[in-house]
Amino acid sequence: MIGLSHYLTVAAILFTLGVLGIFINRKNIIVILMSVELILLAVNINLVAFSTHLGDIVGQVFALFVLTVAAAEAAIGLAILVVFFRNRGSIAVEDVNMMKG
Amino acid sequence: MTAAAAFFYLFSAITVASGFMVIASRNPVTSVLFLILAFVNAAGLFMLMGAEFLAMILIVVYVGAVAVLFLFVVMMLDVDFAELRQGFQDYLPVGGLIGAVFLVELLLVVGSWAIDPGLVHGPLANAPGGETVTNTQALGLVLYTNYFFLFQVAGLILLVAMIGAIVLTLRERPGVKRQDISVQNARTQAMAVEVRQVPSRQGVEV
Repeated sequence: MIGLSHYLTVAAILFTLGVLGIFINRKNIIVILMSVELILLAVNINLVAFSTHLGDIVGQVFALFVLTVAAAEAAIGLAILVVFFRNRGSIAVEDVNMMKG
Repeated sequence: MTAAAAFFYLFSAITVASGFMVIASRNPVTSVLFLILAFVNAAGLFMLMGAEFLAMILIVVYVGAVAVLFLFVVMMLDVDFAELRQGFQDYLPVGGLIGAVFLVELLLVVGSWAIDPGLVHGPLANAPGGETVTNTQALGLVLYTNYFFLFQVAGLILLVAMIGAIVLTLRERPGVKRQDISVQNARTQAMAVEVRQVPSRQGVEV
């Protein structure tokens, strides 16, 4: 029988893959953004799994909000990426030092 | 093994494998395509959990919009991606270590922890209408009543994101000819046509 812990395990593996992707693709912003999407997908799987297991629809409502914010974040992130590429001709994370932060 | 269990293992195996390929693939276009595969299979998992509306939204919004946006940007940018792969091996040990620690911690949390049975309702007990309504109806009944303010804030976030993306990427190029309708409409015959007397055998300066 497939229960809550199965889904939580899948989400945990997916979350870890997302974090790992951020660490090992330190130079490629596009893959980092995709890793963030993977992390948010794992969070959504967790929310929906708890929603189903607890019989509470509110988890799915919040998964919907997470989806909204993820879509907005992807749009803004890619727009910043395009502007940055236009200015600098590169998308390597190491080159993002214009503000010397 | 029931069909639901078989489908769970199928969907979750493909989701995890394509999630791995997203971060390990050499070509970002391949990464985006594997991201799409991961989202489609996650939608299958949502379907198995009974969240049909979210499954369809995942396919429409993520595969239809976000993943295509990624694909568009990856193909539009002229980047040497082989160069960006440099240092993959350098970061692999520390990244793998952190990932392994993270995964073990998460699995320990999942394994060593139980929910109070008093918290578990029947299916969709919190939704008005009980079990007779569909998933989409139940979601709408909660979303448009209790969470209406958050719903509108989500819409505002999308609006801000849209305006922000447009403002960021809009570029005014000088020297590009565009249609100017008010100028076209203000043009009269006197401005457009000039009648000149051309002397014979001398021509006219244009």
